[in-house]
Amino acid sequence: MAVKSGARSSGRWLVVTIPYLWLLALFLVPFLIVFKISLSQDAIAQPPYLPTFDLSEGWAAFKDAFGELSFENYGYVLSWDNEFIEAYGSSLWIAGISTILLLLVGYPIAYGMARAPKSIRPTLLMLVILPFWTSFLIRVYAWIGILSPEGLLNQLLIALGIISPDAPLQILATDTAVYIGIVYSYLPFMILPLYSALEKMDETLLEAAADLGCPPFAAFWKITWPLSLPGVFAGCLLCFIPAVGEFVIPDLLGGSDTLMIGKVLWTEFSVNRSWTVSSAVAVLLLMVLVIPIVFYQNLQAREVEGR
Amino acid sequence: MSTGVAEKTQKTVGGIRRTFAPWNDPQAVPLIRYQNVTKRFGEFTAVDNLSLDIYEREFFALLGPSGCGKTTLMRMLAGFEEPTEGQITLAGQDLVGTPPYKRQTNMMFQSYALFPHMSVWDNIAFGLRQDRMEKGAVAARVEEMLKLVKLEKFAKRKPHQLSGGQRQRVALARSLAKRPKVLLLDEPLGALDKKLREETQFELMDIQMELGMTFLIVTHDQEEAMTVADRIAVMNHGKLVQVAPPAVIYEQPNSRYVADFVGDVNILDAKVTALAPGLVTLEAEAAPGMKLTATQECEAKVGESVALALRPEKLRVELDPPADPNVNCLTGTIWDIGYLGDLSIYHVELPNGTRVKAAKPNLTRMVERPITWEDKVYVSFTPDAGVILTR
Ligand SMILES: Nc1ncnc2c1ncn2[C@@H]1O[C@H](COP(=O)(O)OP(=O)(O)OP(=O)(O)O)[C@@H](O)[C@H]1O
Ligand SMILES: [Mg+2]
Repeated sequence: MAVKSGARSSGRWLVVTIPYLWLLALFLVPFLIVFKISLSQDAIAQPPYLPTFDLSEGWAAFKDAFGELSFENYGYVLSWDNEFIEAYGSSLWIAGISTILLLLVGYPIAYGMARAPKSIRPTLLMLVILPFWTSFLIRVYAWIGILSPEGLLNQLLIALGIISPDAPLQILATDTAVYIGIVYSYLPFMILPLYSALEKMDETLLEAAADLGCPPFAAFWKITWPLSLPGVFAGCLLCFIPAVGEFVIPDLLGGSDTLMIGKVLWTEFSVNRSWTVSSAVAVLLLMVLVIPIVFYQNLQAREVEGR
Repeated sequence: MSTGVAEKTQKTVGGIRRTFAPWNDPQAVPLIRYQNVTKRFGEFTAVDNLSLDIYEREFFALLGPSGCGKTTLMRMLAGFEEPTEGQITLAGQDLVGTPPYKRQTNMMFQSYALFPHMSVWDNIAFGLRQDRMEKGAVAARVEEMLKLVKLEKFAKRKPHQLSGGQRQRVALARSLAKRPKVLLLDEPLGALDKKLREETQFELMDIQMELGMTFLIVTHDQEEAMTVADRIAVMNHGKLVQVAPPAVIYEQPNSRYVADFVGDVNILDAKVTALAPGLVTLEAEAAPGMKLTATQECEAKVGESVALALRPEKLRVELDPPADPNVNCLTGTIWDIGYLGDLSIYHVELPNGTRVKAAKPNLTRMVERPITWEDKVYVSFTPDAGVILTR
């Protein structure tokens, strides 16, 4: 009996431990390395920061190195004199607006898919996932071709006589282009969780609501919407979190005044060659994102409990 | 109200003696009318050219095998399906085109369809709030409904925290809460245990009487239909086979199908050998040479094949032949005995191998039954016990 339960608990132990080991090796250790760099100072060296920990020089030198670590870089990043805080704010703002736009665009699509005849649903799902077959980068570049002053959109509008050829729409290199890019690229991540939540819903619930005197539009807000909330939250977080740190889209579609933290981080790392400051930016970005992640996990736990 | 044959549907409900038979009154105007209603799903005909009148304050039961179209019939009245052909009227108004949320009917769904994100309380209050009923009145009504279905303690729970029977009761309370003109109940009590089911049946009858509502109920339980309904419709393949008060359905089934579907029955194939006004003489295939009589009118002619339907409780099983020469009598051997507590069921094998069932109440506490396996017995029944079925 004791042996049996021992074997079973060690099996369980293994199942629980492997994901944690995975996280430890691929998330926690890299994080600690980045964190350590963020506490170091820039130096003209290889690697370009000090101190470095080197056990070969003995324990005392190791301890001294520890003493040299400081939060100086965080002070620099968080000071109002520099544009970092602004960039964080602007990233959150752009990601937030994009998420709302994604929800507005994604919800009707997911709803339509979930109410479509069962036989064509797999095809519709396939169509949603289809863009993933082309490289993300190429798809973003394609938008340049569409949105640029001589691009397809302007050509079409001019051909239709809606705008004059002398004043093409200036969309590329603005925040609008960034919103378009984010909404376009992240749409599947919004649609899929919404679809799975909506598809699970029993349609007789709407019949029951109608039977009790509830017209269809009111029934949507009283029944469909609350039942799809887990999908709404999942979709919003899946879009919001990567959108905050987005680099490619603002870099390619945004203008010089489009301020996003991913771009700032990249500039700091590759142009200013400051590993330490860019590490501090990255750690703070993670902190900003941990809040929604924890919130999401709480929500999931609540939902599991509620089942 | 007219007085007619079907006055036998007198019932005592909540101490009130009830005489109610508007279907015999040519002046009575039906509340619900199905007129030549057909419903097809693609090639499949779920309801087939069906006409039915249901009267105000009637408790109407639909009986029939699974898939015969009972739910479809209800869903057309509630507005979730439109008839392919025909017309449905409620209180004289054509219902075609009226959306469900504007109809004066409420339905209790076979699958309950409780709102999973709402508490029991909110589920029951949903329809009332929809009518913009004042808050205090909503609370009072919900409390009343909770009490009725004995779920006061569960008001705050969500549907997934309830047992199947409790969910069913919430669904019942929710559909009753608005006190609709017509309440459609699709197997409302199937998940309840026998005792609670019987209690709820009587509660339903009380509510229906008190509030003057019209109930249309689907049930698989014939006893339930017999208990609660003023009239029963037996359905098969989307058609009505017989519509009549419970006693008529049971005692005067119009076809083998109804006789067989409602209650236990022995069906003996027989030939008509002689006809006199009010008296039919038959010879059963199971008992050649024996003259059987039935006191009833019969459409069949001499020589035609018919069926004689005999309810088990109308057969007597004895070791000695009956003294009265007018009583019909068959002989056989006891093949099996089923002891049900209140009754014993004797399965008697007739000479040609046909088995008939006879029910005998256990009037005394006998441990040893005098009639036992392999005994030669006489099965007797009076001429008015059997029903001749030509269909
Ligand atoms: N939406 C639909 N599409 C196609 N066929 C349907 C549809 N709804 C019902 N049917 C068919 O119509 C027939 C009658 O269905 P219905 O639900 O009315 O049966 P029922 O008498 O209520 O059966 P049960 O006692 O099992 O509930 C069934 O054969 C069913 O398969
Ligand atoms: Mg049904």
